Amino acid sequence: MSQSKPNSAFWSGFRAGSPFILVVVPFALLFGAIATKAGLNIVETMSMTFLVIAGAAQFTAISLMQEHAPTFIVLLTALAVNLRMAMYSAALVPHLGRAPLFIRVLMAYFMVDQAFAVAFQKYESAPEMTVAQKVRFYFGSLLPIIPLWYIFSYVGAVAGAMIPPEYSLDFAIPITFIALTAPAMRSLPHFIAALVSVGATLALIWVPYNLGLIIAALLAMIAGAGVEQKLKRRRA
Amino acid sequence: MITDKTTLWIVIVLLGLGTYLIRFSFLGLIGDRELPDWILRHLRYVAVAVLPGLIAPLVVWPQATGGHLDPARLGAAFVAFAIGIWSKNAVASIVGGMAALYGLQFLLG
Repeated sequence: MSQSKPNSAFWSGFRAGSPFILVVVPFALLFGAIATKAGLNIVETMSMTFLVIAGAAQFTAISLMQEHAPTFIVLLTALAVNLRMAMYSAALVPHLGRAPLFIRVLMAYFMVDQAFAVAFQKYESAPEMTVAQKVRFYFGSLLPIIPLWYIFSYVGAVAGAMIPPEYSLDFAIPITFIALTAPAMRSLPHFIAALVSVGATLALIWVPYNLGLIIAALLAMIAGAGVEQKLKRRRA
Repeated sequence: MITDKTTLWIVIVLLGLGTYLIRFSFLGLIGDRELPDWILRHLRYVAVAVLPGLIAPLVVWPQATGGHLDPARLGAAFVAFAIGIWSKNAVASIVGGMAALYGLQFLLG
């Protein structure tokens, strides 16, 4: 292992995180542009980007607020989108649970999909790493991701105002969500869950306060978990 | 357009706070205790349970066409989905989907 120098874990994290530049830059641009189109000014857009740093939930909130969904539903749905991070948080405990509290406070703020994916994979494959090295790797992987997320949200917000309506940017939100979800169809239960989600939402569109979406999501989760359980039993 | 700025700020602050608490939850507070299996099993499907439902009405009844089914938008959604499944590359899927939208809008007038 090349962990002899104190900073090598940091730079190895940096290298592991850098491919995500190609994902983060366009998403950030798109978020900035869509937020501007939805009527947010620069301060509002950047506040959201800094406070939430979770693209999918930010798109969700903007989209539902544009439909004038009740505040409670906007929050509930956007937070549901972020619930996956509770899994990240739980999965990191065995590796980072013994890091100092103020470090964990910082790590939690920066816990984005890409950092989790890269760090967790590394920790599992290199159990000999010390907690300090794991912490450095984590922050190294953030360096090519987080600053670009802030910067390009800003660029998108400024540039978004100049994009004319002929470019149908309204449809960038659904397209982005499809792009985020399609690669997640990696198993039958995932696919079934998505199918139930679509079917139930369309069937429950008459339910007031956008509650149909929440009901559909619960049904879809139950369907996904149920199919997974059934497949496991059949294999056993 | 989002015109109600009070609601907007409530959402920005509470969504930020709530998201932080979700991220902090286990790593910060709960420590070594493990989640029960059945909760983890359901959490695995949260993303695919919420996001497709969120976009389905936007694809089928887009606001930009007055809520009427639009062949160009429907086609673009299919193209984005197909590229996403096939390439597992989110950026390729977005670029392909938007290109399909412009192409179909041009072809269908």
